[in-house]
Amino acid sequence: MAIGVKVMKRPGTEVSYLRATLKGMALTLSHLWRPKVTMQYPEEKSSKDWTLSPRWRGTHRMLTDEQGRAKCVACGLCPQICPANCIKLVPGEDEQGNRYPLIYEIDEFRCVFCGYCQEVCPEEAIHVGVHYENSEYSRDRFVYDLERLCAQTHPVSTLWDPSDPKGE
Amino acid sequence: MSFFLISSIVKILAVFTAIMVGVALLTLAERRICAWMQDRLGPNRVGPQGLLQPAADGLKNLIKEETLPAQADKVLFLLAPAMSFIPALLTFAVIPFAAPLPTPWGDVDMVVANLPVGFLYILAFGSLGVYGIVLAGWSSNNKYSLLGGLRASAQMISYEIALGMSTVAVLLVVGNVTLTDVVAKQSASLFTWNVFPLSLACFIFIVAAFAETNRLPFDLPEAEGELIAGYHTEYSAMKFSMFYIAEYSNMVTASALMTTLFFGGWDIPFTTWDNAPPWSVLKTLLTLGSFTLKTLFFLFLFIWVRWTLPRFRYDQLMALGWKVMLPLALTYLTVIATAIWLLHDQLGWTYDTRFALALFGLNLLLAVPLFFVLDRGHIIAGSVAAEGAGGGGGRA
Repeated sequence: MAIGVKVMKRPGTEVSYLRATLKGMALTLSHLWRPKVTMQYPEEKSSKDWTLSPRWRGTHRMLTDEQGRAKCVACGLCPQICPANCIKLVPGEDEQGNRYPLIYEIDEFRCVFCGYCQEVCPEEAIHVGVHYENSEYSRDRFVYDLERLCAQTHPVSTLWDPSDPKGE
Repeated sequence: MSFFLISSIVKILAVFTAIMVGVALLTLAERRICAWMQDRLGPNRVGPQGLLQPAADGLKNLIKEETLPAQADKVLFLLAPAMSFIPALLTFAVIPFAAPLPTPWGDVDMVVANLPVGFLYILAFGSLGVYGIVLAGWSSNNKYSLLGGLRASAQMISYEIALGMSTVAVLLVVGNVTLTDVVAKQSASLFTWNVFPLSLACFIFIVAAFAETNRLPFDLPEAEGELIAGYHTEYSAMKFSMFYIAEYSNMVTASALMTTLFFGGWDIPFTTWDNAPPWSVLKTLLTLGSFTLKTLFFLFLFIWVRWTLPRFRYDQLMALGWKVMLPLALTYLTVIATAIWLLHDQLGWTYDTRFALALFGLNLLLAVPLFFVLDRGHIIAGSVAAEGAGGGGGRA
């Protein structure tokens, strides 16, 4: 052969063309009737083999108190720690001196979903969520305001606990 | 005369429609069977069980942008898809697909053109298909396409000989080149199906047919890993789709040929009721069903093998073609011719089940040592240069 192809010298007992072919054909044929692993996504969102992890960090959710107000006290820790600088917070104060957010917006395009905002929050108000279906028809719909963050209902992430690394 | 014209036109339309719909469904079948073999589900969204997927694909291909490479030879570039597509369809014209249909104006042969030289017609048109591929590779003005086209022509020529030689054995048994006679000769019993008296010819024919249709393990002209889809790299939209239709039409024709030459054509096994007049519509429909089932089995075999076997290396392909298939076909032809001469001319047997079984026994005797040697790869490995020989030996 003109081009240099390295040919392995194998003993005749190791070589098999027809038997190996038939064996392979039997294998592929048997796979025709085996259970399929495909998860039919829009109808099925989890199966016994796969569910979304409870530590999944998806789009945010703001928890509310009994009166339906955001738990946020506008302390400013989350915009401070945010590595992507995606949280916009303008604090306000009412007559009793309670601080509350006048404006609280998260740009989900800038967000890197690190979960630091949830970790740092002293009031357990802002959370990253166990959620992934976020499509919208326009880009500006991806800046979530306070009202929208409070209206989310999906479960919140449990994050990673260093004392329980495997989540047990 | 006018009845002949009308019945021919009806047959042409019916066969053309059946093949086109069959090809469309075959693309779906290929994808779904491949998916099942890989424990997936495959396309099942468009229509029930994905049955409308081919329509969606076709529509997509029709409205996609057609690209024409600036350096391409425009005439040949546009001609090539048609050149690969038309011979694939034309070949089907001489294949008898059912028992004759009785009508008030006389029996109608269920074959588009009952050519006296049907056999030679198939060999002629079967090899024309390579023109489309070679022209596509050449006119694209792209080195990968050209390599694909060259590979296709070398491969086609190599295996065409083995294919032709294996079918000569059929001619020896049948004694006629008309395909309707080939079917009639096989219909006496199950064992007169040519696959029994001519098992090895059938084996050679099937292997060569895989090479002729450029299907895995012989899809060297495409070889997406090394040639970026080879001859149809530069094609887009419907022209690309035409190559696909051509490939699948070739598969349909090759499967129909295997059925006709070796598996009794439209003959229903275990009964001779379907082979003799008086003809009836029921007979036509049942034999058509029989033919379709056999053809579908071979189509499944094509798909099944494709999703099982890896591609041959190019030198292995050539070694198999020239150093195994061709000598094998020639030797086999000699043996079979001698056997037929002995049985027919010396012992005076007529062609019936006894004759076929005697040949079948001979085939078994030949097949055992042949498959033993083939399996150990002695013939294929023997064609490979010894370690260190040849200029660049060892430089991968």
